[in-house]
Amino acid sequence: MLISESTCAIVQGITGTQGAFHTKLMLDYGTKIVAGVTPGKGGTQVHAVPVYDTVAEALEKHSANASIIFVPAPFAADAALEALENGIKIIVIITEHIPIKDAVNIMTYAKQANATIIGPNTPGIITPRECKLGIMPAHIFKPGGVGMVSRSGTLTYEIAAGLTKSGLGQSTCLGLGGDPITGLNFVDVLKILEEDAQTKAVALIGEIGGNLEELAAEHIVKEEYPKPVVAFIAGCSAPPGKRMGHAGAIVMGKAGTAENKIEALKSAGVDVAEKPSDVAKLLTKRIT
Amino acid sequence: MKLFEYEAKNILARYGIPIPNGELAKSPNQARMIAEKIKPPFAVKAQVLVAGRGKAGGILFADSPVEVENIADKLLNMQIKGIPVRNLWIEEKIQVKRELYFGVTIDRVSRSYVAIASEAGGVEIEEVAAKTPEKIIKTFINPQLGFHPFHAKQIAKKMGYTGRKILELGKIFERLYHVGMDYDAELVEMNPIVETVNGKFMVADARMIIDDNALFRHPEFQKRLLEGESELTPQELEASKNGLAYVKLDGNIGIIGNGAGLVMATLDTIQYYGGKPANFLDVGGGAPSEKIAAALKIVLSDPKVTALFINILGGITRCDEVAKGILDAKEKVRATKPMVIRLVGTNEKQGKRMLTEAGIHVLESMEEAAQKVIEIAKQGGK
Repeated sequence: MLISESTCAIVQGITGTQGAFHTKLMLDYGTKIVAGVTPGKGGTQVHAVPVYDTVAEALEKHSANASIIFVPAPFAADAALEALENGIKIIVIITEHIPIKDAVNIMTYAKQANATIIGPNTPGIITPRECKLGIMPAHIFKPGGVGMVSRSGTLTYEIAAGLTKSGLGQSTCLGLGGDPITGLNFVDVLKILEEDAQTKAVALIGEIGGNLEELAAEHIVKEEYPKPVVAFIAGCSAPPGKRMGHAGAIVMGKAGTAENKIEALKSAGVDVAEKPSDVAKLLTKRIT
Repeated sequence: MKLFEYEAKNILARYGIPIPNGELAKSPNQARMIAEKIKPPFAVKAQVLVAGRGKAGGILFADSPVEVENIADKLLNMQIKGIPVRNLWIEEKIQVKRELYFGVTIDRVSRSYVAIASEAGGVEIEEVAAKTPEKIIKTFINPQLGFHPFHAKQIAKKMGYTGRKILELGKIFERLYHVGMDYDAELVEMNPIVETVNGKFMVADARMIIDDNALFRHPEFQKRLLEGESELTPQELEASKNGLAYVKLDGNIGIIGNGAGLVMATLDTIQYYGGKPANFLDVGGGAPSEKIAAALKIVLSDPKVTALFINILGGITRCDEVAKGILDAKEKVRATKPMVIRLVGTNEKQGKRMLTEAGIHVLESMEEAAQKVIEIAKQGGK
């Protein structure tokens, strides 16, 4: 899996309201946060975590293999490039509203550096009881067999809470991010979850816009994906041409409609839930 | 943010892309004066941000400045798909031999930009792609390498051009790419690029959409967007000023929620149980009471709304704070329409008690709450 008990992370933008708040919650969860970075605030501390001016300085004093970024949108790309340039291999970008051009830049360098970007505009990633690099409410997750991959935040919590209630739990839950350009797509995460021994089944939570769900369906068929997949697609009632909150959630002509995605997934043998609460029901059937 | 044709054309012209002689007119008189400066025949084009403007009668032609004045008078008193026409672009009508398409947009799968070209210009490119995909030339752009003169010439060659025309057309493509990058465009397209009867290339229409998230780098457009002249409805504008994502729909159940995916799923659930959502409204994470008040105000300003459904999955946000926000907001905007609230998360019990005491229905399950609000809406909101 991408993260585990041994993951050591830095927090970029640790002194901001969100950065400080979620650093506390991640520490409470047991995540090893070794340092924080905020240019101009070096030498201070946030929840007993030492703060440095630059990533380079933080890595001179501590060893870390991951970073989580809370830096405001206009400066977030710079922060991500700084992490990449300093050899960090897993970068979670929580920040919303990053310009597309900046996101393209980040992804290009990440590919070159052989690093994984989660986000932008993601709730992050959690492997219950081991590590949480994100802003999701930890109490709704519990260790289990369902690998969750999603394009949204609160809807994921809704479905995760359902899985926990029904006793299934989660192996890992990863948010791709709600933006048009993200570091990982459904196919990437399906591959990761296929390798993960803890994952017995996959919950794929998609929404209107783009064709990542269709590509996932194609992958499932072509690779004869060995684990059961249950999906939910949000946005059946969305009108064309309107952006439904997420920058990436927009139907253009016939492309990106919920119908298209549901159709593609169904024909790939994926059970598609009609309501969020049906995901747990369908998974229970497929696993037991 | 969509740009008007005149804005896009003025940018293109600054980058040395040939466009027909033309200017912006705000009155019939001004339209005539512009026509007197340029060569007939003339095109008079309504500046509105709706698709299918030509078919809706927003583009007319004239042979004399007086005729331009008359047409301008007509267009300026017209609405196109409900949008009043405030400005006109008056230009020389060009003599078409061939119409081409060229645009640069985002490609989600390759996580980069793609240049799209076609010899079949003048119609919507999506239509060309669906009907005659062989007429689409796609060039994926490696962001580190960029889009170079050789790419542009390759495309012109594939379109069937030879000799000097490859260079002329190539220059237009290359310059448009730079427009796209410099302006943070998620889409910039020239449709059509006209090859005139004299063998020149000229851009007859252009469309540009600037990435909303990059508007901080383009303050001139940010200002225009917030000062009103935009494609947004008054409610959408109010929402955008308050940092809320709002989309008007045509049902009677007002929806407010936190998180885009959850709000979309809420709309779907309402529809699943036979209700009709009036809107999409996402207050985002950790919304303070002012934001909730603004949201309530916007949703309730829709006269069709007979009942309201607030779906909050607290997560880290504390439910008692959300409840306080809702109650404050309800008072501030004097909301009297019935509400159903679904509230779960941290401090759920306190939140629930506060709302119940105020006479608001609070439910734990999104599906139960959806059915409840539909029932209330059916009774006309009583």
